[in-house]
Amino acid sequence: MAEQNAKDRYWRANLRLVAYCLAVWFTVSFGCGIVFAGPLNQIRFFGFELGFWFAQQGSILCFIGLIFFYAWRMNRIDREHDVEED
Amino acid sequence: MELKTLTYLVVGASFALYIGIAIWSRAATTGDFYVAGKHVPPLANGMATAADWMSAASFISMAGLIAFLGYDGSVYLMGWTGGYVLLALLLAPYLRKFGKFTVPEFIGERYDSRAARIVAVICLIVISFTYVAGQMRGVGIVFSRFLEVPIGLGLVFGMGIVFVYAVLGGMKGVTYTQIAQYCVLICAYTVPAVFIALQITGMPIPQIAFGSTVQGDSVHLLQKLDQVVTALGFPAYTSGTKSTLDVFCITAALMIGTAGLPHVIVRFFTVPKVRDARYSAGWALLFIGLLYLTAPAVGSMARLNLTETIQTGAVGAETANLAYEDRPSWFRTWEATGLLEFDDKNGDGRIQYYNDQNPEFATTAQTFGWNGNELRVDPDIMVLANPEIASLPQWVIALVAAGGIAAALSTAAGLLLVISAAVSHDLLKGVFMPHISERKELLAGRISAGIAIVIAGLLGYYPPAFVAQVVAFAFGLAAASLFPPILLGIFSKRINKQGAIAGMITGLVFTYGYIEYFKGLFLRWAGSPWSEDVAENWLLGVSPEGIGAIGVVLNFAVAITVSHMTAAPPAKVQALVDHIRYPR
Repeated sequence: MAEQNAKDRYWRANLRLVAYCLAVWFTVSFGCGIVFAGPLNQIRFFGFELGFWFAQQGSILCFIGLIFFYAWRMNRIDREHDVEED
Repeated sequence: MELKTLTYLVVGASFALYIGIAIWSRAATTGDFYVAGKHVPPLANGMATAADWMSAASFISMAGLIAFLGYDGSVYLMGWTGGYVLLALLLAPYLRKFGKFTVPEFIGERYDSRAARIVAVICLIVISFTYVAGQMRGVGIVFSRFLEVPIGLGLVFGMGIVFVYAVLGGMKGVTYTQIAQYCVLICAYTVPAVFIALQITGMPIPQIAFGSTVQGDSVHLLQKLDQVVTALGFPAYTSGTKSTLDVFCITAALMIGTAGLPHVIVRFFTVPKVRDARYSAGWALLFIGLLYLTAPAVGSMARLNLTETIQTGAVGAETANLAYEDRPSWFRTWEATGLLEFDDKNGDGRIQYYNDQNPEFATTAQTFGWNGNELRVDPDIMVLANPEIASLPQWVIALVAAGGIAAALSTAAGLLLVISAAVSHDLLKGVFMPHISERKELLAGRISAGIAIVIAGLLGYYPPAFVAQVVAFAFGLAAASLFPPILLGIFSKRINKQGAIAGMITGLVFTYGYIEYFKGLFLRWAGSPWSEDVAENWLLGVSPEGIGAIGVVLNFAVAITVSHMTAAPPAKVQALVDHIRYPR
């Protein structure tokens, strides 16, 4: 029973991390790059309009950072819950 | 040295490299053949995944598409990269823990159903063949333009090379060749981009040049581009013409489709551990990002270069349009391929390139004595012609040719491999001959890879009339059929085989039907397409390219509803779900 609880805690921690990461994923691409691209384009970001920059550069950079963050954090959660591979 | 000789040398050297690697990394077991023995380090797997993923479409077509679409082209940039986030967070680590060889195998075991496995095999084969036809076509174009051999001969060469390393080496051979191919293609893409960025803005890094000021002027590149194209009646580069909802749906369909493509998923079966699968997705996207962050910069600069070459001064001034007889040499070479066409509609011997579909500007244009747009540019030539337009040294042009071929071959090999694994492992061993020996299964894998290569070659030589439509189809299908059952299979213990099969079939039929209705794929003889492909006719204003996003929603809804109306899956399936959720 105790083991089952530990496993549930691990799985919930995993789901929470995934949910946070997907929220960022959705915000930078569908949010900044598409739905709010119009208003964001009023802001100049170096030589870019900000919404356009998110759609063609920023979102991709965030995606890369996001996956590495997830991998690092998830591997730590594995260790904390003692489920990591040998 | 002459360009043709140089190109032969560079392309020949790259081929020799691929063959050398193939001989060094022969597959000895089915494990080697299907998943490279699960010994591929995460960084190496990331690089191989990047080459696997970046196809002739990414290398040759994407920057050109963006050049003419402007902001609307963002759907490809976000769609084809954002899917890796879904893959890394939701699928890759769990499928690696599952630890078998193919995607249909996972679906078959998770849903404890041979029928589900067969439906998955069918989806996989249709997706992979539609995709591979495009790759072979890309090989043919590069061969005929740069090596000046007939397309058929070019295809035979390309098929021969893929045959050697895919059939001999299986996944192991393909992985190590893909790493070499990545290096070739990324150099071939970035070197000309750096030169062109330097010429236009004086800034060598394309991603920064993209937001820099144009040389000898204080306006930024993108502002300048907006001015130049709107002056000719085109929509502004930095704002789109598609509806927000449609951009949203297309991006979603491409992202989810990317995460559901079997040849990409299977790459994550090749790393040693679950934690490697997580990092490996990050490396893959980093390597993909190198090209995808460069592509929009290349697109914008190519558009500016092209427009300013034709429209040399103020719009409407008589001498401001390039005289046809003064056209540069790259113009002549591409005219010969038919991908660039000039039609002197007003008979003044000068080239007018403007948007004659814009009624307001067309009226203005008439007052200049212009009689319609006279230049037709196929977006596919933008990347390939770029080095010539920017008058770069000949070795750069030769490198671009080798890069285009590397991009097409690496993707083709990956696709052929999942097709052969689906036939030999899922159909033969999984369904028809469960007791087949490993040696025979390996042989069957090699034979089906060989047959798949020949079919792919034929599809490249006799391209179905609908090559352009099939991209929408392949992604829509991957999204609407394969992604939901895999995701639900991991994150829900309640989803059962009835739900999964009903969901897959709903997603498949709806997405296919919608695309057939507007685009016409296979039912030409029955009168398809049945409706004009314009925004007024679309369901909720979603184009066939984006309909996969709706298909996904339907698939999820049906799978969940049907599962809750039928019995929960057996205990052994629930144990399997537990097994894949925990790394140990």
